[in-house]
Amino acid sequence: MTTLPLIGEEGAFYQRDRAWHPPANTPGYKSTTLRAPRHALLSLAGQTKSELTGPTFNHSILNPLDNDLIRNFSQGGGEAIGQRMIVHGQVLDENVRPVRGTLVEFWQANAGGRYRHKLEGYQAALDPNFGGCGRAITDDNGCYYFRTIKPGAYPWPNGGNDWRPAHIHFSVFGHAFAQRLITQMYFEGDPMIWQDPIALSIPDRAAVEQLIAKLDRHNSTPMDALAYRFDIVLRGRRSTLFENRPEGN
Amino acid sequence: MLSPLPPLKETPSQTAGPYVHIGMTPSLEGITSPNVKDLGSGPIQGTGPRITLTGRIFDGAAAPVSDAVVELWQADANGDHISAWGRVACDDTGTFVFDTVKPGRLAAPAGKLMAPHVTLWIVARGINVGLHTRLYFDDEADANGADFVLNKVLDSRQRKTLIATKSETGGKTTYTLDIRLQGDNETVFFDI
Repeated sequence: MTTLPLIGEEGAFYQRDRAWHPPANTPGYKSTTLRAPRHALLSLAGQTKSELTGPTFNHSILNPLDNDLIRNFSQGGGEAIGQRMIVHGQVLDENVRPVRGTLVEFWQANAGGRYRHKLEGYQAALDPNFGGCGRAITDDNGCYYFRTIKPGAYPWPNGGNDWRPAHIHFSVFGHAFAQRLITQMYFEGDPMIWQDPIALSIPDRAAVEQLIAKLDRHNSTPMDALAYRFDIVLRGRRSTLFENRPEGN
Repeated sequence: MLSPLPPLKETPSQTAGPYVHIGMTPSLEGITSPNVKDLGSGPIQGTGPRITLTGRIFDGAAAPVSDAVVELWQADANGDHISAWGRVACDDTGTFVFDTVKPGRLAAPAGKLMAPHVTLWIVARGINVGLHTRLYFDDEADANGADFVLNKVLDSRQRKTLIATKSETGGKTTYTLDIRLQGDNETVFFDI
């Protein structure tokens, strides 16, 4: 029988640094107030297959346009309107090892800041050629990329007149349910990040900065798209210094 | 064993927000893509008796969390390998439903066995970091009594927040477990 690791033992994921993540209740973001558990999370201390394994996805789940949000909701050949850009980056673990073959999902508002969603209440127009979601699987270097338009800022019913900075939502699986992560990517130089109750639900400014994609002129495509780089770090596993698992640790 | 400190920090979590369906259950918003259904939708395949897992998610004011998305990860009846993943959006009443198989037992630390269970991960507007919990089965009393995770929950009232109730209708087996994010009978959530 496989030996199951305790936290801190070989093979276990490093304990999640909860001070680096937002706490459950962040009153500036009002929706958290009734949805934050009051009890402390219970530590499992030991990790089992329920945490050490996770779903895997192969390329058969992908359509050719899944990583092209400019065209993957096209109606009759039209393209999405907006500032064209490539978003790309590397999914790594805390040990700086690439996380290969993992599913990355992303969703966003259109260039006017409007979401294609039944709950959306913003007056900005829908773009008939923009759905707003896509997915990719990382390559052997842990890299992903997609093409899209820059989402607009938008108002939301939190304060009387709160506006969210432009952002893209990300969902990443990793290789274990313990690595499952949802986050949001912001854009370098946007002053609205620092007045956003959701970005500021993260207490440490350096942690917020980890969510800000950098303008990447090198990978911009002439006459087509600017590029932004957004690397994502998932939890890493403890191993010995001599271990070098081909699938990563 | 030597191990250097991890040189990178995990990317911090952010809420999935109210529009999570665009990315995770896009067909609910009329966003369909050729050949591919919403990932994780439909009956979960695996060896074992077919069961339905259902429940409602409530906030601290006992209002249904109708915008939540729930993911499930479990073993099949053989128990020695984890194989089944599913993802559903809650409906207007905060109800989630999985059509799946009953899992078997899995290895626990120190050579013991865990009771049959599925792991659940919940995201929604107002949840800053996705919440992990487990669903156990009330017809597995002996296995539950020996389960190292359930035994970490010292308060028996809290332990009940992890154990689904069996019912049979028309030859179909359903296990029901409501999840309360906050307040009386708050569900136990795990730091895994």
